[in-house]
Amino acid sequence: MRAIGIILAVAVALALQTTMSRFLVRSTVALDLVLVVVVYVALTGGPANGLLTGTFAGLVQDSLSTGVIGIGGLAKTIVGFLAGIIGSQFIVAQPLPRFVVFFGATVLHAVVFMGLYVLLDLRHFGTPYAAVAGQATANAVVGVVAFQLVELLPGAMERRKAQRSRLRR
Amino acid sequence: MALLDIRQRSGYLFIGVMLAHVLLISAQLNSKTGVPVLESVTFGVFSELQRGLSGGFSGVRGIWSGYIGLRHLKAENDELKRQLAATQIAEQEQRALADRTRGLERLLGMREPLALKTTAADIIGAAATPDFRTVTIDKGSRDGLARDMSVIAPSGVVGRIVVPSARSAKVQLLIDRNAAAGALIERSRAQGVVVGSGDERLHMDYVSEVADVVAGDIVVTSGIDGIYPKGFVIGRVESVEKAGGAYKRITVMPTVDFRSLEEVLVVLTPMPAQDVTEGKPE
Repeated sequence: MRAIGIILAVAVALALQTTMSRFLVRSTVALDLVLVVVVYVALTGGPANGLLTGTFAGLVQDSLSTGVIGIGGLAKTIVGFLAGIIGSQFIVAQPLPRFVVFFGATVLHAVVFMGLYVLLDLRHFGTPYAAVAGQATANAVVGVVAFQLVELLPGAMERRKAQRSRLRR
Repeated sequence: MALLDIRQRSGYLFIGVMLAHVLLISAQLNSKTGVPVLESVTFGVFSELQRGLSGGFSGVRGIWSGYIGLRHLKAENDELKRQLAATQIAEQEQRALADRTRGLERLLGMREPLALKTTAADIIGAAATPDFRTVTIDKGSRDGLARDMSVIAPSGVVGRIVVPSARSAKVQLLIDRNAAAGALIERSRAQGVVVGSGDERLHMDYVSEVADVVAGDIVVTSGIDGIYPKGFVIGRVESVEKAGGAYKRITVMPTVDFRSLEEVLVVLTPMPAQDVTEGKPE
C-alpha cells in the first residue's frame, strides 16, 4: 500500500514538474519536486524506503531526460539512503532541521549528479553555485511546507469535527 | 537489534543498487548509438500522460481566459498574434533567402531556392530534470518528424528534435548545455559556434580574436551543422570580451523567449550542410 502511495507521489511530482510548471512559473524549472518526494519518503520511512524511492524516481527522471540513464538514479539513491539514515538517527521534527536536511540533500544531489557528468566528460556545468543554492532553498521551502501540511491537515480536520460535536451539545 | 538488522539489510540493498546503477551507466557509455530503447519507450508512454494533462490544463485555462474573461478582446489578440507570427516567419524566410541569394550571385550558380516545409506544434511539457533544457511537443514521427530536425519560432531558432516518438517529440532547446549550432555574425560574416549555457544566455565560441564583432550584432545560423537552416536569427550579441587566447568570449541574448514559448515550427525539409563562405560580402 505504501509502495503504491510512493509511486503515485513520484508520478504526481513528475507531472507537476513537467506540465504545470509551464502554466504556473513559465518553465522556470529550478525546483526538483521529485527530489523533495524522495527526501520526504526517506525521512518518514527510513533508509531502505529512501534508497528504493530514490532509485525508482531517479531512473524515471533519467529516462525522460536526454542524459545517461542511471546518473540521476544513482544520485537520488545516495540522497535517499543518507536522508533515511539521518531521519532514523536524529529527531528531524522541527521546520529548521527539516529545512537543513532538504537543503543539504539538494546540494549533495547536485554534487553527485554534476560530478558524475563532469567526471565522465559528458557535460559541463560551469560554476553553478547560485543555481544550486537557489534550487536547494526552493526545495527546502517546498519540503518543509509539505511536511507541515501533511502533519497539520489531519489534526485540523479532527479539531473541526470536535468543534462541531461540541456545538451540537 | 531489530533496528540494526534493518540497517544492515538496507546497507546491502544500497550496495546492490549502487552496483546496478554503475553497470547500467557503463553499458550505455559503451554502446550508446542513437537513442536508447529504454529512453524512447519511456518517453513515448510519459508524453501521452503529458498530452492529457496539458490538454486538461489548457482547457481549464482556455475556459477561464476565453469565456469568463474578455472573450472578444482575447480572440482579437489571438488573431493579431497569429498575424505577427506569420509576418515574423516570413521575415525570417526573406532574410534566409536574401542571404542565400547573395551567395548565389557570387557563385553565379543556378541552384533551386530553398523552400522550407514546416509543421506547427504545441508545447505540451517541460523537462523532467531541471538540469536539462528540453520541451515536449505534440507532433511525432507520425507527422513526419525525425531526429535532428530543427525547431524554430517566429522570433528565431528554438532547438532540435532529439527523441521522436509516434505522437510526440522531445526538443533540445538551444540554451541546453549540450546544444550547439553553427553561427555567423550577420554584419561581418564572422563564423563561430553558438552553445547553450543552461541558463537564458548563449555563448558564441571559436570566433577569431581579430574578427569584427560588436555588441548589438545579430547572430544567425550558418547552416554548416546540417541541422538548422541557414540565415535564421539566433540572437543578438550582448557582450564581447577578450579571452586572452585566439578566440573572443561572446555572450548572446537569444531572440526567442524560452520561458513563454507555447508554439513552435518544425522544419521538415532536410538540411544539407552548407558552405559558410556563401554570401560573404566583398
